[in-house]
Amino acid sequence: MTAGSMPDGGVLVRRRRGWHAGPMSAHEPTKPPRLRWDDLIEGARLSWPMIPGTVVFAAAFGTVAAQKGLTLWEATLMSALVFAGASQLVAMEVWSNPLTLGAIATITLVTATVNMRLVLMSASLRPVLAGFPAWQAYPALLFTVDANWLITMRYRDRPSAAGIFLGGGLAMWIVWVPATIPGYLLGALVTDPRVFGLDFVLPAFFVAMLVPQWRGFRRAIPWAVAAVVALLVERLVGGWWFIIAGALAGSFVGGFADERA
Amino acid sequence: MSGPEVYPVLLAILGMTAVTYLMRVGGFWLMGRVPLTPRIRRMLDALPGAVVCATIVPLVIKNGLPAGLGLIAVVAILALRGHEFLAVFAGVGLVALARAGGF
Repeated sequence: MTAGSMPDGGVLVRRRRGWHAGPMSAHEPTKPPRLRWDDLIEGARLSWPMIPGTVVFAAAFGTVAAQKGLTLWEATLMSALVFAGASQLVAMEVWSNPLTLGAIATITLVTATVNMRLVLMSASLRPVLAGFPAWQAYPALLFTVDANWLITMRYRDRPSAAGIFLGGGLAMWIVWVPATIPGYLLGALVTDPRVFGLDFVLPAFFVAMLVPQWRGFRRAIPWAVAAVVALLVERLVGGWWFIIAGALAGSFVGGFADERA
Repeated sequence: MSGPEVYPVLLAILGMTAVTYLMRVGGFWLMGRVPLTPRIRRMLDALPGAVVCATIVPLVIKNGLPAGLGLIAVVAILALRGHEFLAVFAGVGLVALARAGGF
């Protein structure tokens, strides 16, 4: 095990700059991490601003799924297993009746492109969950969604970050799955989420989580690069590639430009 | 009739589930195999803000004035009151209002 690698049994400690593997880097005590009930509750509490938007978003998915001819059980199963709202809605756009193998392949591919940002999100969760054994970390990652990831990133300095992550994810799942049902049953409950500004819930929440992370203009250069590259890719390429392209560009700038750190 | 109908639907749902879960664990798995040099640490550090900006900036620009107003409301309320719930709701409400007003 080299000093630079991240042993699964190690504890990662965040100092003022960057991540340090606890046992390797110094004199921090190496307590094995533990999930505390209080941290789960805290995670659920912190995701509270996202709950009303999530309910209506899930209802919108239920409505569209009903129009596309899915049974209630199929729509609910999709919410429970896929648990990624934007990709579920986009999948409904390419859904066809009857489903051919080609359509299934398209649906799977479209889901992958919409959800590609999850790869980056789970990469940034490595330091938070690294101290946990794989049999705990990998199932916990099932519950990665935008909301609990963002909250976790904001509080990643705390030892409770892993509990906050899982608590927030479970809370979102518990709300998301049953909220699919009223939209399905009532049909035209929410035909156009845009009317209620619901497509803005996630961007608003993103910004609300980003503002407290402001550390001056120099630290925000990667953010600006990410925004510009995302805009360009969105204009030139289209589709959903802009998120991953912009995020990678910003991350590279953060890694390479800040050599003095 | 449920036989030939249910099977492809389930297959599609399972396909979506599989690719989504692969992405949920893929980055985590990969970072466990990459040596955590200071540079990689800085890249991981910059990642959350970069994901956020890359996601919202194109969406906001595409949605024009209502989204711009909503964003300003979110930032202003956060700066003044530090209340996330209030900020998100004011932003979303303002977007809905601006759209109802025909912007």
